[in-house]
Amino acid sequence: MTEPLLSVRNLKVSYAVGGGAIDAVDGASFDVPRGSILGLVGESGCGKTTVARAITRVIADNASITGGEIVFEGRDIAAIPERQMNALRWRDIAFIPQSAMNSLDPVYTVESQLHEVLRRRGGMDRRAAQARAQELFEMVGIETNRLRDYPHQFSGGMRQRVAIALALALNPKLVIADEPVTALDVIVQRQILDQLRALQTMLGISVILVTHDISVVAYICDRTVVMYAGRIAEEGPMEAVLTRPMHPYTMGLRNAFPDLNGAASGILTPIEGAPPNLASPPQGCRFAPRCPFALEVCTKGQPPLRELVPGHRVACHRADEAPVLRELAAKTETWLVPA
Amino acid sequence: MRASNPQTAEPLVSVRDVQLHYRVGGVFSAMRGRSSVVKAVDGVSFEIRRGESVGLLGESGCGKTSMGRLLLKLEEATGGEIVFAGEPVTGLKGAALKRYRAKAQLIFQNPFDAVNSRFTIRAALSEPLENAGIPAAEREGRIVKALELVRLPQPQQFLDRYPHQLSGGQLQRVVMARALILEPDFVVADEPVSMLDVSVRAGVLNVFRDVRDRLGLTAIYISHDLALVRYVCERTIVMYLGKVMEDGPTEDIVREPLHPYTKALVAAVPVPQPDQSHAPLPIGRGAPDPRNPPSGCVFRDRCPYAFERCPREVPRLRRVGTRQVACHLFDDTTERP
Repeated sequence: MTEPLLSVRNLKVSYAVGGGAIDAVDGASFDVPRGSILGLVGESGCGKTTVARAITRVIADNASITGGEIVFEGRDIAAIPERQMNALRWRDIAFIPQSAMNSLDPVYTVESQLHEVLRRRGGMDRRAAQARAQELFEMVGIETNRLRDYPHQFSGGMRQRVAIALALALNPKLVIADEPVTALDVIVQRQILDQLRALQTMLGISVILVTHDISVVAYICDRTVVMYAGRIAEEGPMEAVLTRPMHPYTMGLRNAFPDLNGAASGILTPIEGAPPNLASPPQGCRFAPRCPFALEVCTKGQPPLRELVPGHRVACHRADEAPVLRELAAKTETWLVPA
Repeated sequence: MRASNPQTAEPLVSVRDVQLHYRVGGVFSAMRGRSSVVKAVDGVSFEIRRGESVGLLGESGCGKTSMGRLLLKLEEATGGEIVFAGEPVTGLKGAALKRYRAKAQLIFQNPFDAVNSRFTIRAALSEPLENAGIPAAEREGRIVKALELVRLPQPQQFLDRYPHQLSGGQLQRVVMARALILEPDFVVADEPVSMLDVSVRAGVLNVFRDVRDRLGLTAIYISHDLALVRYVCERTIVMYLGKVMEDGPTEDIVREPLHPYTKALVAAVPVPQPDQSHAPLPIGRGAPDPRNPPSGCVFRDRCPYAFERCPREVPRLRRVGTRQVACHLFDDTTERP
C-alpha cells in the first residue's frame, strides 16, 4: 500500500537543437506518493515543465525521452505504444496547463468541451455527460448556468477553474498542473490553490504542481522536488526542504525570496551568475559555478542524490556539512562575489 | 532604509483628481445600447515628495499601469491635472515635453521587449543620448558610467553584444541604465522584475534601491506584489478599479491594513514559510468588472463589511492616523453597523 502512485527513475529527456542535442532533463528520479501534492520547483530552464510533460508524453516535436522509466501504478509508461498511452490520458493522468486560455477552444462553449472529454474519452451518453458537467462545475465552484458560456466570458481565475473541472472530468488518479496560478492575481491565486487542495483531499488524488514559486510550494505541497539545470538538487518533505534545506541552491533561493512575515529591514540576497548553458553543462555539479561552498571535488564529478535523512535526498558533495553550510548561507556576505 | 526629510521635501509630483476613461465597444455594441465607458483611472489624487519612493499596488485592471503611463504622459488624461516640479504636465508639447521626457523615465517590465533585439547594447544606450543632443564624443563615457552605476561588471565587454547574448538579469540592468542615462529626477518602474527568476531578481532590486539612494531619485514602483513593494518603497498606494483605496507608510499597511480590500490583499500574499494561515480570505469571490463597477464604493460587492451606505455613496479618501483610507467604516460620521 505504500507503493507510490508514480515513480520516475533516472529520466532523461533531450531536445534536438541544430545539429546537437540538449539534455533538458538529465537523470531525474522521484516518487509521487498516493494522495499527496508534490511541488516540482525550479527556475526557468531547469527542466521542471519538461519532466511534467514527459510524464504525460505530450512533449515538443524535437524532444524525446532518451532514458529512464516512468512507473505509473507498477507499469513503465515511458515506452508503451502511443495508443496505450493515449488511453491513460484524462482517465488516469490529466493535465492543467499554465494558461487555461490556451487549452480551451475559444469557438466552443465550455460545456461542449466538457462533453467532448466525457463522451469521447469517457464513453458517457449525452444525459450522463450533462449530469457530470454540472457536478464538475459545482465541484470547482462555478454556477452551472455558466456552462453555456464561451471561454472569453470567464475571468482568468474562472477559466482556471474550468481547466481544473476539465482535468477532473474522468476521475484521474494523477493531475499534473503546470504553473496553474502563475498568471493570476494573488487573491485569485489563493482561492484557486484552496480549491485545488480541497478537491485533492476530497478525491484522494495525487497532484504534481510545477511552479517557480517556493511560496506556492510552502502553501500547498506535501513534498517538494527542487530542480536545477536539468537535475534534481534536493527532494523531500516540503517542510524539511524549506526549513532545513541541504542543498546550497535551496538555501540561496530562500535568501532571495521576500517574506512579508519577515523583518522590514531584511535584505534579499541574490545568487550571483546565471544557470549554465545546457548545451555545454559544467563537468561537475551544475550549481558549482554559482555556489559559495564549491570545492575542487565539486567541479570534477557530479554529486549523486543521497538520502542522508530518511525521506530527504540531496545531490551535493558537501551534504554531510549541511547544518554548518545552512548557518553560513543565512549570511549575505557568504553570497557576495569578490569584485 | 533612507530617511526622508519632511522639512525640505516639497512635492515633486502632484496628481489631482486624474481620470483616464476609455469608451469601449464598437458600432454593434452601441446599436444594442451596450457601448460603455471603462474608467481605468477615476479621480486619483496623491502627492509625491522629492526623493520619495512610492509603490502603486493592485491587481490586474486596477489602473496602476495606466496611472504610471499618465505620469509620464504616455497617455493623455481625460480629466484632472498632473503637476511636476510646479509645472502642469497635462498640457506639455514640443520642446517642453521633450525636456520633461528626459527628466521622467520609465523602466519597462519585460527587458526582452524593451531593448530592440537588433541593436547592440551600445546602440540601445546611445539612442536616448542622441535624442537629447549629447555630442557623439561624450556618449561612450556616459554609457560606461551608466552601466557601472547598475553594477554590470566590466561594462566594456557588453557594449558590442546583442540583447540575446545577455542573461535576463543583465539585460534588466541595461534597461535600468538606459532609463538613468539622462540623469532623470523621476523614474516609474513598471513591474521591473516580474520576468526574472527569483535568484536573479534580488540582485536587480538591490541595484534599484542602491541607485535610487545614490542619485536621490524620486520613484514610483508599480507592482502587484506587496512583498516586493515593501522591499523598495517606504510608502504604498493601493488601487482597486481605478481608485485609491488606501495610501500610507508601507510598513503600517503590511502590519495593520485598514481598508477591507487591503486586508484581503495582505492576507493573500504568499509567504515562503510552511506554517502559515490557511484561513479563507475576507473577500467575496468573483472578479472586478471594469465595465460595470458597483455603485458607490467599487469594492462593496466583494466586501464582507459592506453596509447600507456603501452602495449609495462613493467613499472619499480620509486621513486616518498615518494614512488615507477610502472607506465609509473610517468616516466618523458613520454609525458603525
